[in-house]
Amino acid sequence: MTVPIQCAPDETFVLNLGPQHPATHGVLRVKLTMDGEYVVKAEPVLGYIHRMHEKMAESGTFAQFMGNTPRMDYLSALSYNQGYVMAVERAAGIQVPERAEYIRTITVELNRISSHLLWFGAFVLDLGGFTPLLYAFDDREKILDLLEHVTGSRLTYCYYRFGGVYNDIDDDFITGTRAFIKRLRSRLPSQYHDLVTGNIILIKRLKDIGIISQEICRKYGATGPVLRGSGIKYDVRRNEPYSIYPELKFDIPCYKECDSMARYMVRMDEIEQSLRIIEQALDKLPGGPVQAKVPKTLKPAAVDCYANVEAARGSFGCRLVCDGDKGPYRLKLRSPTYSNLSLFGEVAEGMLLADALAFMGSLDLVIPEIDR
Amino acid sequence: MSEYWNDIFGGAKSLVVGLNITVRELFKPVITEQYPHEVPVMKPRFRGHIELTRNEETGGANCVVCGMCQRACPSGCITVDGVKPEGAKKKVLTTYTLDFTKCSLCGSCVESCAFDAIQFSKDYNLASTNKDDYIFDLVKRLEEKR
Repeated sequence: MTVPIQCAPDETFVLNLGPQHPATHGVLRVKLTMDGEYVVKAEPVLGYIHRMHEKMAESGTFAQFMGNTPRMDYLSALSYNQGYVMAVERAAGIQVPERAEYIRTITVELNRISSHLLWFGAFVLDLGGFTPLLYAFDDREKILDLLEHVTGSRLTYCYYRFGGVYNDIDDDFITGTRAFIKRLRSRLPSQYHDLVTGNIILIKRLKDIGIISQEICRKYGATGPVLRGSGIKYDVRRNEPYSIYPELKFDIPCYKECDSMARYMVRMDEIEQSLRIIEQALDKLPGGPVQAKVPKTLKPAAVDCYANVEAARGSFGCRLVCDGDKGPYRLKLRSPTYSNLSLFGEVAEGMLLADALAFMGSLDLVIPEIDR
Repeated sequence: MSEYWNDIFGGAKSLVVGLNITVRELFKPVITEQYPHEVPVMKPRFRGHIELTRNEETGGANCVVCGMCQRACPSGCITVDGVKPEGAKKKVLTTYTLDFTKCSLCGSCVESCAFDAIQFSKDYNLASTNKDDYIFDLVKRLEEKR
């Protein structure tokens, strides 16, 4: 008679999640120590896609690093572009024309929506639902077309310049964006909230799963929807206003439940708020130049400055140290997902494996941005 | 017990709502582009790899071999060279090589050019298993386009 092999409760095994795994959306490896189906210890292993962006910045001029910024986070590339140009503008004391600031806000918010839509599709895909991904990609495609029309590329936009933007937006873009706002507003209640948010399977998989307390958020420096899903109303656009955000009316979605569902809801509400921001910015769009007069080769004095923007995943910071040369002496990039992932190990302890994966999806990880 | 029935009715409702949306979408027009039967038209601002622009008067390249694009490139993909014929004032372009394997399409070269000598092409169907296929001789390309 064969006796079924039984693991003693104190007997654990190591499960390698990644570096090539569909649920990690990139080359992230998580070393999981498992007790049966339960996670005893989770240890993220980083560095598989480290490209030395910070070092690359030191070896070129200010403009030459521009192409690197969208490669950090390919899903909300414009926020990273904006963070970097803002840091250089502060160092060189460049004043950006008002129209350029409006265009930046419109495009960056469109990019935020496209990032959240992709996250929505991929997250639901992680949980086993395929159809919502296609609806989300249908809408995202419209944004990519709009952004391609002005920037010339579909994913790794490199649109902002020191003192403005690369080229002006035209009427086609404005009418296209207005039509898109109308379209997404009509689709959000049915294709997104009815189909997914109200779905019992999604609620059962997310509610009360992956509780991140405010204390853990503060301990690891979590920002963005992860922080706002834990009841802390912190958004760089409101708390450290930049660009034209102080002139616009929008709410900061915040949920106190601290679970995966709260983070899901924060992002869904942010899509609506971004639509509001774009609408206002389009209404108020002033005329004038889109590029300030900036010397071809920038040579700021020896300064140390910091620029912080709210990217789709949280606060992205750029600390720029100049020594009076043509390029950065040191550029430190603070990426939000690095901090957001760091708390995974502590929170995932004691979770079921399937729940841990759903929790990981709710963090919205972009691996190239963690490794830089 | 009430939770049990709530789950069953909630599940049934989710199922009906989901099917309703799926059936509605079923009768909407197809949104997928049937590539390669339908070829997408690139937007005017599409940033493909660079190519040389033609001088309408001379028929040759607009390039004056100043080397600004070569210096502006963060990845060193551009090699420009030219000769100065005897008695001529300007240099004449002889070599313009783009190593597209290194290019990240940032557009620094196009922006740095003061003579409108380079522009973005609309090529997007670039696939090959041979690395040498991506070392573009742009002078030859300009001559072939004639």
